[in-house]
Amino acid sequence: MKRIIVNEKWCLGCRLCEYNCAFANSGSIGTTPLDMAKALKDIVINPRIKIEEKDDICFAVSCRHCKEPLCVKSCITGALTRVDGVIRINKEKCVECHTCVLVCPYGAIMPSDEGVMQKCELCVQNTGGEPFCVKGCPNKAIEFKELGGDSV
Amino acid sequence: MKYVIIGNSAAAIGCIEGIRSVDSQGSITVISKETQHTYSRPLISYLLLGKTDSERMKYRSDNFYEENNCTVMFGTEVTKISPDKKEVLLDNGKSVKYDKLLVATGSNPFVPPIEGVSTAKSVHTFMSLDDALALEKDLTPDSRVIILGGGLIGLKCAEGILKSVKKITVIDMADRILPSILDSEGSSIIQKHLESKGIEFLLGNSISKVDGQRAILKSGDIIEFDSLVIAVGVRANTALVAEAGGTVNRGIYTDLSCKTSLHDIYSAGDCSESYDITIGQPRVLALLPNAYMQGEVAGVNMAGGDMLYDHAIPMNAIGFFGLHVISAGSYEGECYTVAEGNNYKKLFYNDNNLFGYILIGEVARAGIYTALIREKTPLDSIDFELIKDKPQLMAFTKKDRAALLIKEALPDNWQ
Repeated sequence: MKRIIVNEKWCLGCRLCEYNCAFANSGSIGTTPLDMAKALKDIVINPRIKIEEKDDICFAVSCRHCKEPLCVKSCITGALTRVDGVIRINKEKCVECHTCVLVCPYGAIMPSDEGVMQKCELCVQNTGGEPFCVKGCPNKAIEFKELGGDSV
Repeated sequence: MKYVIIGNSAAAIGCIEGIRSVDSQGSITVISKETQHTYSRPLISYLLLGKTDSERMKYRSDNFYEENNCTVMFGTEVTKISPDKKEVLLDNGKSVKYDKLLVATGSNPFVPPIEGVSTAKSVHTFMSLDDALALEKDLTPDSRVIILGGGLIGLKCAEGILKSVKKITVIDMADRILPSILDSEGSSIIQKHLESKGIEFLLGNSISKVDGQRAILKSGDIIEFDSLVIAVGVRANTALVAEAGGTVNRGIYTDLSCKTSLHDIYSAGDCSESYDITIGQPRVLALLPNAYMQGEVAGVNMAGGDMLYDHAIPMNAIGFFGLHVISAGSYEGECYTVAEGNNYKKLFYNDNNLFGYILIGEVARAGIYTALIREKTPLDSIDFELIKDKPQLMAFTKKDRAALLIKEALPDNWQ
């Protein structure tokens, strides 16, 4: 199972990951030419990955896709599930009760602009390829790596 | 191995998933008093609000029982547990044998005796899907509704039906709303918010008598109404275990493995007690996430696995008309309070631990606070000033943060 690894030593705080996340989830992927500036023009982005920053420390936080996911166990609707190691959200079922916000130890689930919750789904729900935050990170502070072990 | 589960809600589903994580072969029989596919009880207010429907409020997919190889007996009630014969008796006269039994009988609304209540034409409780559908059927745009009880259930009901009725009056004996999750300042913020939406409150009051469509209050006031919803509280359904000789307090006693005092009988959900680490005592934590997690632990242990339910805390997320409230833990010790309009934050801490918190309005990343309580994180290991400002991982040391951010990515056997 490939995982997103965050290494704060290499993070520049450039926030490209936030913009790439918003772009990947903007519905513009698949259209040509790929133009982030056009897709995000006049939009206040609401990304699923967020930079924490203080003084000279910065790092990106997104869903860790926990093996014992408190959000999935606590979800009152059954909207959150763990499928092939990726924690997915069914936006049809979500009622925005915020129980996932109550339990996520990383603070990695937040309301979307559509009135239900959103979270990182490793870009499997949009491009099906490599997560865009990883692809666009200029300093390899976010990597998508196979670490072995857990395959479920 | 033959597993029998009494109940078909969150604890039962957690149990099924727990059993199947260990044992893919054993037979599972679910005995459900209700006739519906497993559904989420807290969603009944969202159903009336139109935010979900009977399909989407199913707690698991249509093929859940089939996928998990379960037999479900819908509309069937267990009348007796015989621990010596290891069987349960059903209301249809039949019996079912078990090797391991889960009691997940939930709770029932408590209905206090009110003089003359039988003379009213529309009186409801608000707990099950059937309750919600029956209430909905009685409501018209001209309905004047009294909700007796200003707790979680009563107020979610109020939110659910407000747009469908003419008037809602909430009556509660207590002098403030939501006392189980809020302090008095928090109660007052939510009450004002609900009043601004048109809900009326009569607190420190109660119904002493009902006469047809008139409620005579303790204060002497008389209120005309069309429907009455009774939501003063719930009682754990403990009778089956009590009659079988098991230990019962306010809920069914369970140990950390979710086993009752009876051999091979486990219990989970609203009917049972779990050990609240924030007060160091057992109590009923009647909340869906707790029900699922208790059920899962019970299921794993019933199937011969080894799992403890040893991180139980009271915790709650609720919202009214877009204003969210998240709270967890117990409210004792020193306080740190920030209040600004509808945004309210209160942290309760002592010695070296966060014990509880209340957030209203700005609730982002609240789970970072919850984790500090659940994990009993020593406050001297984090930057408490940063955490007071807002929930953030920046408050952890570089080492702890690296461990936290990489932990879930590592294989189980990582050293």
